[in-house]
Amino acid sequence: MATQAATLARPMTPSSAGVILPAFTLWWREIVRFYRQPGRVIGVLASPLVFWLVLGSGFGNSLRSTDGTQQHYLDYFYPGTLILIVLFTSIFTMMSVIEDRKEGFLLSVLVAPVPRTAIVLGKVLGGTTLSAVQGLIFLIFAPFAGVHLHPVQVLLVAVVVFLVSFSLTALGFAIAWPMDSSQAFHGIVNLFLIPLWLLSGALFSLNGASGWIRAIMNLNPLTYGVEALRRLLYSTQDGTFVLKKDLATLVLFSLVMFGLALLMANRRSTKPAA
Amino acid sequence: MVTKVAALAETVGVDRQSAEPVISVQSLVHRYEDRTALNGVSFDVRPAELFGLLGPNGSGKTTLFRILSTLMIPTSGRALVMGCDAAQDPSTLRRQIGVVFQAQSIDPKLTAYENLWHQGHLYGLKGSTLKRRVEEILTRVGLADRAKERVETFSGGMQRRIELAKGLLHHPGVLLLDEPTTGLDPGARRDLWQYLQILRDEEHVSVLVTTHLMEEAERCDRLAIMNEGNLVALGTPAELKSEIGGDVILLDAARDADSLAQHIRNRFHVATTVLGNQVRIEQEAGHRFVPDVVEAFPGEIQAISVSKPALEDVFIHRTGHKFWSENPDPDSHVVDKKEKKKRR
Repeated sequence: MATQAATLARPMTPSSAGVILPAFTLWWREIVRFYRQPGRVIGVLASPLVFWLVLGSGFGNSLRSTDGTQQHYLDYFYPGTLILIVLFTSIFTMMSVIEDRKEGFLLSVLVAPVPRTAIVLGKVLGGTTLSAVQGLIFLIFAPFAGVHLHPVQVLLVAVVVFLVSFSLTALGFAIAWPMDSSQAFHGIVNLFLIPLWLLSGALFSLNGASGWIRAIMNLNPLTYGVEALRRLLYSTQDGTFVLKKDLATLVLFSLVMFGLALLMANRRSTKPAA
Repeated sequence: MVTKVAALAETVGVDRQSAEPVISVQSLVHRYEDRTALNGVSFDVRPAELFGLLGPNGSGKTTLFRILSTLMIPTSGRALVMGCDAAQDPSTLRRQIGVVFQAQSIDPKLTAYENLWHQGHLYGLKGSTLKRRVEEILTRVGLADRAKERVETFSGGMQRRIELAKGLLHHPGVLLLDEPTTGLDPGARRDLWQYLQILRDEEHVSVLVTTHLMEEAERCDRLAIMNEGNLVALGTPAELKSEIGGDVILLDAARDADSLAQHIRNRFHVATTVLGNQVRIEQEAGHRFVPDVVEAFPGEIQAISVSKPALEDVFIHRTGHKFWSENPDPDSHVVDKKEKKKRR
């Protein structure tokens, strides 16, 4: 048989690539492509700094003068800013899915014997890494917000940042996958990116909100990210129980978003893939 | 017509006929929402054959290519590569094929070596085996000395060679190429075709290549000519051309091509085809026919040419119209989606 003859003649034909190796290679490609584009590196490193300067000098002064000694609102705003940075970077890194499709790279991955799970995992972890690193850079400025962190706290904050990044990147992947233009992606993402952030407790507290807004905030997974960060950074009393609940919610959100991304990527269609 | 063509092909290439087909396309139909791209296409590709899929844009060859490379599921019919069904068992099939797309798939921000290194991982190659294989294939395509340079600094021809190296890295038995010479200068074009022939001869890779260029189609062992989703001819370039009786005579009509054709038919009892303002006649010993026809219709013929049949004549013979229509007919909106996108 032809099949047999061909396999005999070509002993190197690999059996299967599995999930880990392709996922690793796609992840690493994402990182390399990032640091080979100086504009992106500058953006990622400098934007937390700019946020901090605006926050520290603008908000900080005006609020300090009204309040006297304490920096209540600045303290309040810090975790929200961290989430904001992570939110934007996470979702927008997945614009690379659209680029990959346009550049043709995605096609060559789609015809390789690679499970779709590996494609989603590699891309999403790539985006997660970039946005989590950016979030953690912002954390360096924490002392200036009057927060002095214990190593354990830093570790827990990193976990929260990772979970938030992962879930949002997966969401970005699911949105980007069926799209063929980055403008459309911008449009869709902006539609709920800002509301998602505004209603996360980043700007105003859950307690002060009216009934239905509060209900939405309770449903917003980002609320739990902001809450978890706030607990960790300002270690308020009775933190542990709430923290566990927040982390569990974030893990659940991550899984659901990853599942959604997988679902999108696994659709095989009768329509052109590119 | 399709069955007739297939039957015709059965009688030739006896030496390779006994072997199982490497690619088998069986009554493949594909419909997009608004049109039919493939209308029941069947053919086989034999082992170590350089097989060409020739057709104008919108003839369905890109659709067929997408189905064979597992990117799309056909509406009906089957596409088998080494016995694996493209729709049923894509993951097994994907291991057997190397694919080179018309669009670039290499990563310009990465070096030649890195591009291939990532590609290897996707196919389960790793470590020193992968390293050796990447170096080997880079030498093979003549780019070993540029391994550490970013692909964005390469010329179009060199980038194509990296694409080809990507497709061949995992030693596929079947290589699928979609219009691989698009955007290449004539030198790079020739190099690529030479390399495909070497692959076939030395490594016994079966190659399926789509093209809309006659001179490329001439280089294939066998050809499937497609038009508007149908297979219109199948065979070696020589066979296809030999089915045209003798020479091809083209007359430029001075006034009306239709009436000129009518007159020629009445007078000489030969078949004519009208293409724009030209009348086309297939005739044995064309040089003897020319003086007669010129004498018979003085002032009605502006120019005349006699030539040996080319592949384009096969296309006209089978479809009744030119390969590239200058006056697009109402059907000309039938264009591959990809082409449409590019134009936007």
